[in-house]
Amino acid sequence: MLTTLLIVVPLAAALVVWILPLSRETTGGLALMAVLAEVGLWVGAARNFDFASDTQQFSTNREWFSELGISYAVGLYGFQYWLVGLTVVVGAAAVGYGLWAARERPRAYFGLMLFLVGSLVGVFAAQDLVLFYVFFEAMLIPIYVLIGVWGGPARVKATVTFVLYTMAGSLLMLASIVAFGVTQGTFLLSEIGTSSNDWIFLGFLAAFAVKAPLLPFHGWLRTAYTEAPPEVAAMLSGVVSKAAVFGLVWIVLPHFPSPVEDFRELVLVLAAATLVYGSVLAFRQPDIRGVIAYSSMAQMGLIVIGIFAVTDLGLDGAVLHSVSHGLVSAGLFLLAAMIETRTGTGRFDELGGMAKGRPILATLVLTLGMFTLAVPGSANFAGEFSILAGVFSHGWGYSAVGAAAIVFAALYALRLISAILHERRGNAVREEQTDLVTGELALVVPLVLILALLSAWPAAISERSFPADDPAAFISTQGEGGFGTG
Amino acid sequence: MIDTPKVDWLALSPTLALLAVSALTLLGGVFYPRHSVRAFSVFVSLAGFAASAALSAVVFDRSEEGTSLIAESMTRDRWGAGAALVIAVVGALVVLLSSGDGRRDHVGEYYALVAASAAGMVFFVSADNLMTMFLALEWFSISLYVLCALDTHRRESLEAGLKYLIVGSFGSGILLFGCALVYGATGELGFTSIQEATGADDPMFVTGMAMILAGLGFKVSAAPFHMWTPDVYQGAPTSVTSFMAAATKVAGLAVMYRILVTAFPEQSEIWTIAVAALAIASLAIGNLAAIAQSDVKRMLAYSSISHAGFLLIAVAANSQNGATALLYYFVPYTAATVGAFAVVAAREREQGRAVTLSSLEGLGWERPFLGVGMWIFVLSMAGFPLTGGFLGKLLVFSAIYDAGWWWLVVIGVLATALSLAYYLNIVRALFMRQAETLPEGVVAAGGSPRRDLLLDTAVGAAIVVTIGSFFFVQPLVDLARDAAEALPL
Repeated sequence: MLTTLLIVVPLAAALVVWILPLSRETTGGLALMAVLAEVGLWVGAARNFDFASDTQQFSTNREWFSELGISYAVGLYGFQYWLVGLTVVVGAAAVGYGLWAARERPRAYFGLMLFLVGSLVGVFAAQDLVLFYVFFEAMLIPIYVLIGVWGGPARVKATVTFVLYTMAGSLLMLASIVAFGVTQGTFLLSEIGTSSNDWIFLGFLAAFAVKAPLLPFHGWLRTAYTEAPPEVAAMLSGVVSKAAVFGLVWIVLPHFPSPVEDFRELVLVLAAATLVYGSVLAFRQPDIRGVIAYSSMAQMGLIVIGIFAVTDLGLDGAVLHSVSHGLVSAGLFLLAAMIETRTGTGRFDELGGMAKGRPILATLVLTLGMFTLAVPGSANFAGEFSILAGVFSHGWGYSAVGAAAIVFAALYALRLISAILHERRGNAVREEQTDLVTGELALVVPLVLILALLSAWPAAISERSFPADDPAAFISTQGEGGFGTG
Repeated sequence: MIDTPKVDWLALSPTLALLAVSALTLLGGVFYPRHSVRAFSVFVSLAGFAASAALSAVVFDRSEEGTSLIAESMTRDRWGAGAALVIAVVGALVVLLSSGDGRRDHVGEYYALVAASAAGMVFFVSADNLMTMFLALEWFSISLYVLCALDTHRRESLEAGLKYLIVGSFGSGILLFGCALVYGATGELGFTSIQEATGADDPMFVTGMAMILAGLGFKVSAAPFHMWTPDVYQGAPTSVTSFMAAATKVAGLAVMYRILVTAFPEQSEIWTIAVAALAIASLAIGNLAAIAQSDVKRMLAYSSISHAGFLLIAVAANSQNGATALLYYFVPYTAATVGAFAVVAAREREQGRAVTLSSLEGLGWERPFLGVGMWIFVLSMAGFPLTGGFLGKLLVFSAIYDAGWWWLVVIGVLATALSLAYYLNIVRALFMRQAETLPEGVVAAGGSPRRDLLLDTAVGAAIVVTIGSFFFVQPLVDLARDAAEALPL
């Protein structure tokens, strides 16, 4: 029931916000209350959540469309719990930013943001392939409109490329879902079993490779992340990309064991290439959002390496890194927005010297920058280290590439920090531009605090993502329909 | 005393109700004073379509076993009743959206013709005999030819009427020729008798079947028999277009499925391939041509051709699943189509000119109800989740996959991807107009638009059906499955 509640609360709030003719402040306040209630629900759920149990928690399973064997089946395992948590926390920060930035057309805007949060929770909780697809596509609708209406000057082009790439991937996945489900007579993940069909596997892989994105499928990334309103970009890079993580971990790995074996090297090579390519491009970007966008892509490459290592350390690390990267990139996008509203630009050649007289901004940029470059001791370091250690047994080359990429991360993160904070003062920077104010701090500081907490205690996630001590074995049993739905 | 054949009046009642509407509105047009003709016609039509829908539902309920009526000229079964129900509901929605069309002349005739053509379609879907099939086809087609040309002051309307008349008659001619060949080969008219007759391997017989398929292809505007569709849909009065796009397709495809599986089951290896070829051609031509359109009615015309393609995939499946998918697909398809044309009609009346993508700009914010409605309709046509259009496509794809033609799933999926290009163009026009071309607070030319309560009702009902068919899919599919069991599959 609780999972259903987590899905329904934002969707219901979205409807309320759409329909009731309330003022801007009331609408935004209502939306913020809804997401905070969502965070409360999620935190409260932790008390009753048995991370060690190998049955699903808070699951609901109702027949919805028995003709094709489609059910409304939702439920959570540990790693899903953490992904849902990432969604609600980043969602709260994003809605809060929307309220703070006083977005035009508030009813439509907040309604769509809530709809996005609700459908993302649905994606991470779904236990039925068609239900998963429904949420996976449903989240595209708000993203499309949020970018297209509230985005930057080139927003229309951004929406076109974004939708074309995403839909090409997800429609191939739809064909795969039809083929897989009709053959097996059910779409329920716990009953559908495994398939050795390469084409069906590739359909799924296409959707997730676009969503992540992996190397040749990243064409939408730069314009979408640049043109989207910053809080939407935060959701995109922080949370939406993690739909790929969920899909790979929970659909591809357990249900396609032999194609995964066959295509493993290909995916690993693509992921490694994504990591290197993203890192190099991040170093070359002329503006803040470009750096965050490509660093995000690089980190997703690393996470996919962790997943396709199919080892315990790799999987645990992938989940941990998904959460910490989500928080970091969301925080960075919000900071970028705060800098852009002050200076009117995100270009490095017009920025610089902002640390002087703005200690809080400087501290936050520096802190999040340090998380990006994964200084030892940070949650990101724990995640990356775990991933690299996990893939080492499969092929030490991937670990070597990954380790090199951490050096790249240091390069682009330090460049980002110094281009904003240090060097000589840029043309767009003036004395009278203030430091961060309380309202802004209330959005970013919680993210940083959670990251600090995770840095102190990474095991909170890495040891509570999969029930057994042996995630890889757990996942493969799941594919064979070993465990019930609780 | 002369023996009269027993007539099953209940089976005929949905048709008769609509014929009564036709007669009453025609008389009303003559006898009522000019200013009250509209109110009278709308009221009578709504009541008649509602009665027809209700009677179809009763027939559906009471026809578990199909029976052949009046010397095998028509059949009473759930397949026909289900399709008749959809047609009657579409008719009612079309009446709602026509009521504010500002027509001054031919008001009574307009409603009389809509009811007459709907009556023809309702009769058509129960036809069980080549003669009654052709008769019903001409019955509703002739009404539609006149309806297309009803706006005599508009050149485009006349052009549409003439084009539809010429091309439509050509299609009817081919159908009739096909019927003649099949009759010549078998000596039978009834669908079941044709199947039982010998001489099925006669080339004349197969040619006849192909010509019947082509003739019906004209009516459902499947490529390559679609050439008339864009011009006619664009030129005809918008309310008539919505009726043609929704109801004619339902009638044509329901009959196509019935005749193919009842009369020609032995030849299924031939016609499934032919239907699949029509489907692929329709998907390709409909979607590619729609991308290039700026006139919204024309774009929706091509979109309806592409939907004919999806529906034909269900026919090509040649199975219970396919028939179920077809009947289910009708529900969100007709709702979204009528709804989309209703929004177009509202914009057209407001601005007094043809609706193009650029004249739709800003509608979403000016009139959120219509804008959000249009958004939902195109999402349903594009097969997005949370609308019935998604499950319709899912059912069609799984039916054809079950039939073993996985490559048609891939083609359907590619076509869907292609279709997003133009559906999202509409959404973009509605909501994402550049701020500098639409300053805050400026209302489109013509002042603040008048609310048309009946049209809004039609849009609201279409929204409810489009979204409701997603959440309550299982009961609908159960009904569709019951109907599909009436066919000898």
